[in-house]
Amino acid sequence: MTYLAGEGMCGGYGGVDILHQCSIGVDKGEVAVVVGPNGAGKSTAMKAVFGMLDLREGQVTMDGQDISHLKPEQRVQLGMGFVPQSANVFTSMTVEENLEMGAFIRRDDISETLSGVYELFPVLREKRSQLAGELSGGQRQQVAVGRALMTQPKVLMLDEPTAGVSPIVMDELFDRIIEVARTGIAILMVEQNARQALSIADRGYVLVQGRNRYTDTGAALLANVEVRKAFLGG
Amino acid sequence: MLIDFLNALALIGNFVLVPGIAYGSQLALGALGVTMVYAVLRFSNFAHGETMSFGAMVTILVTWVLQARGIGLGPLPTALLALPIGMLATISLCVATDRLVYRYYREKKAVPVTYLIVSVGVLFFLSGLIRFIIGPKDQVFADGQRFIMKARAFKEMTGLDQGLAIKTSQGVTVISAIVIVALLFWFLNRTRTGKSMRAYSDNEDLALLSGINPERVVLITWIITGALAAIAGTLYGLDKGYKPFTYLGLVLPIFASAIVGGVGNPLGAIAGGFVIAFSELLVTFAYKRVVGYLTPGDWVPDGLVQLLSTDYKLAVSFFILVIVLLIKPTGIFSGKTL
Amino acid sequence: MSRSANNALLFAAMAVLLMLVGAMQSWNVALAILNMCLISAIMTLGVNIQWGYAGLFNAGVMGFTALGGLAAIVVSVAPVPAAWDAGGARAILGLLAGLATIAGGIWLWKKLPVPRTARIWLTVLLAVSGYGLMRLILDPAVDAIEAVEPAMTGFLGGFGLPIMFSWIVGGIFAAIVAWAIGKVALGLRSDYLAIATLGISEIIIYFLKNEDWLTRGVKNVNGLPRPVPYEIDLQEALWLHDLAAWVGIPVVEASSLIVKLNYAALFLVVLIAIFWLSERALKSPWGRMMRAIRDNEIAAGAMGKNVTGRHLQVFVLGSAVIGLAGAMLATLDGQFTPASYQPLRFTFLVWVMVIVGGSGNNLGSILGGFVIWFFWIEAEPIGLALMNFVTSGMALDSPLRLHLLENAAHTRLMTMGLVLLLVLRFSPRGLIPEVKR
Repeated sequence: MTYLAGEGMCGGYGGVDILHQCSIGVDKGEVAVVVGPNGAGKSTAMKAVFGMLDLREGQVTMDGQDISHLKPEQRVQLGMGFVPQSANVFTSMTVEENLEMGAFIRRDDISETLSGVYELFPVLREKRSQLAGELSGGQRQQVAVGRALMTQPKVLMLDEPTAGVSPIVMDELFDRIIEVARTGIAILMVEQNARQALSIADRGYVLVQGRNRYTDTGAALLANVEVRKAFLGG
Repeated sequence: MLIDFLNALALIGNFVLVPGIAYGSQLALGALGVTMVYAVLRFSNFAHGETMSFGAMVTILVTWVLQARGIGLGPLPTALLALPIGMLATISLCVATDRLVYRYYREKKAVPVTYLIVSVGVLFFLSGLIRFIIGPKDQVFADGQRFIMKARAFKEMTGLDQGLAIKTSQGVTVISAIVIVALLFWFLNRTRTGKSMRAYSDNEDLALLSGINPERVVLITWIITGALAAIAGTLYGLDKGYKPFTYLGLVLPIFASAIVGGVGNPLGAIAGGFVIAFSELLVTFAYKRVVGYLTPGDWVPDGLVQLLSTDYKLAVSFFILVIVLLIKPTGIFSGKTL
Repeated sequence: MSRSANNALLFAAMAVLLMLVGAMQSWNVALAILNMCLISAIMTLGVNIQWGYAGLFNAGVMGFTALGGLAAIVVSVAPVPAAWDAGGARAILGLLAGLATIAGGIWLWKKLPVPRTARIWLTVLLAVSGYGLMRLILDPAVDAIEAVEPAMTGFLGGFGLPIMFSWIVGGIFAAIVAWAIGKVALGLRSDYLAIATLGISEIIIYFLKNEDWLTRGVKNVNGLPRPVPYEIDLQEALWLHDLAAWVGIPVVEASSLIVKLNYAALFLVVLIAIFWLSERALKSPWGRMMRAIRDNEIAAGAMGKNVTGRHLQVFVLGSAVIGLAGAMLATLDGQFTPASYQPLRFTFLVWVMVIVGGSGNNLGSILGGFVIWFFWIEAEPIGLALMNFVTSGMALDSPLRLHLLENAAHTRLMTMGLVLLLVLRFSPRGLIPEVKR
């Protein structure tokens, strides 16, 4: 059984379904990537898994437990971390305060997790007392991921973490994400840069119009001629 | 020559500097309350003046009881002893108002202007309640020593012609304002709860994702707002006398302070309070005698050398408000978040 | 029940309430309330044009009302020749200098081809020097005018025209000021507009209180001429004696009833005219566009509607109606007392009327004006009766009882707050909700 799974999800906004029998999931220590054309419902699928969208059909399970009825805050308590695509840092607070806020639900000593995040993203240690709003786009994404890691999540969900960052920064970010996965955290992310993302993915989902079109390992999808033609530009 | 200069300085000190610092502190405390509500609940609370008045009223009632029993603070006003009860009462009022009135609109995700109209309802109710309990008339409650420094003592001490008086209420105002502001900033910047308030004010959705409980943040905001309002209202009443209807008039300079500094930004609220207070005083001060001292010989201008009649104090805060809205609508400190 | 039958029932209930007051208290009181209800209804129509049609929160109702009062003085009071001789020309010159400064400042700000910082400083420089010049010209004139028999006049007086002209002039005064405010504040967020209008209305009152040369300030202007006969004259008319005898009431009471009825008729005509015009406007393409903008400003803007321009129109129109009502109010009072303008009474109470009546619905606004004014006045006797009942068990000289009775009048503020909060919560669309077209 997959650790975190959304199965047969149907739902949308204002009575119009965007997702049709959509299923995505990820296991511990894995990276799962959701790709697809614009308007395929990638972000919607993520939101559905995180409980920011009411499902009409289907369910979300974590560790075998049905969590479909839980609110996003409650899922955070259960060990899900979510990094939204935009407005994902507290711009008026320092980097360190951002990370502290990430650990808000924790009552234990957070210093170890904090230094763990700083080791993962050394630049953040340098800029710890700078306002997050003053950082570059790539650094902000690091703060955003770091903030989500502070809860010591079992699952980390990322909505287009590389949106708007340069290719070099993107590669580095992906490296870090693999590192995070190696610590045993399940990573589920939506990506525009499909080729690069699939190359690090253990699982890949190609969504089209809210439906699963292809599901396979990242490498297999990259090798699939049809997928390459239709979604990866040849 | 030097004596003339010092005299001019004493004159400005007595009529602008000292009252300006006191009034600025009162405005700053009021504006902090408005700004806290704005930063967290995201609406302009028109009832804040009445909330201040309510706090002052309870403090006055308790002061009377203490005075009747002969309990006092010696040279300091007895009201300081009564203030904690006034604060508690105002906090309860704010929390009760939130539970009974505002929470409903929060759940409905109402637009800011709806909140504004709701706050007008609260304004009506409170102003009626206050007048019903204490009546519409002036109330005297200041006691203790009236002056820290009397004008005559200053003259004797320095040998100048101009006196410089500092009222006890002014001293108390400034010291309490400093203590309160220091505490507030320590709370917002150093404590977990304070930081979570700033986080919520900065980015509501992300705060939710971080497990911050919005209702708790709102509750703490009202607690702080109520405490600030009671303190600001009492200090203003001590300094200028308590009259229920003046507090509605205070809303404008308080809003002006908050907006000029950058609404939602506590630092801005403080800066704005002083900007407004000093502008009001500087623009309506009669420079006649200052000019007399600073010009050679015995010449004194005929007119008052006053930019604007004292009656137009309020207009000053309004004009500054308009100018700021036109040139830099976000205010000096570009506020929006705590 | 159909909508119109429902509305008719509500207004009929209102009429019954007024008649009850007539029968139980006195017909004079009932008619006095009715007259104020009519004026309040016109004010609420003005606010409804701004809020109900366009969603603009105008917290400066008091200021526009007072401008109407100013118009009543300027139009109807006889000129004071001595004051004009003393400084009239100079005062006008001073005002022109002020206007020229403002115009120059705006021109500098908008048109001068220099960097922003330089423009700010130049504008400030011009404003300060222009203001100084105005004061240099105006101050001696003001002193001279105010020195002319200060106990009797001490101001320029007006034009000595029939006071009914002031109703139109009051609208024009309010429209001009509203245009200036709108130019500055309408681009701002809704709560900034509210704060800005609240501020400007306070300043208008301060101006009227302090510029004695124009308004006599807190010395008030009493005995404004009337558009209707005086009681004294009526009491000499034979027909009134016959009428009074026939109805069976004293002549004095009859005369004052007739005067009030005259006012009521005049006000009713104005109310009906404004109501008719407002309804026409609301149903026209212009009204539809206004509501479209109100419901979705961004979409309307994207469709090429000039949102700020439309808002300015509607703000000016609504304020003009409020100014007109303000002039009518001064006419009814027969005096202008700047100190009597309080925001609770003249701004926020009108808001309660609009919300309770039904924002967006003209009939609702009128009903709101009637109902709220009625209870604003009647809350006092009702509150007193209630307090008498509550305290009936207490000793006659119990301090609590005396206190409660003394302050019973203030319960009306609480009642208004409570009514507003309850309506907002449980019936946010008001007594007569907006008709979705």
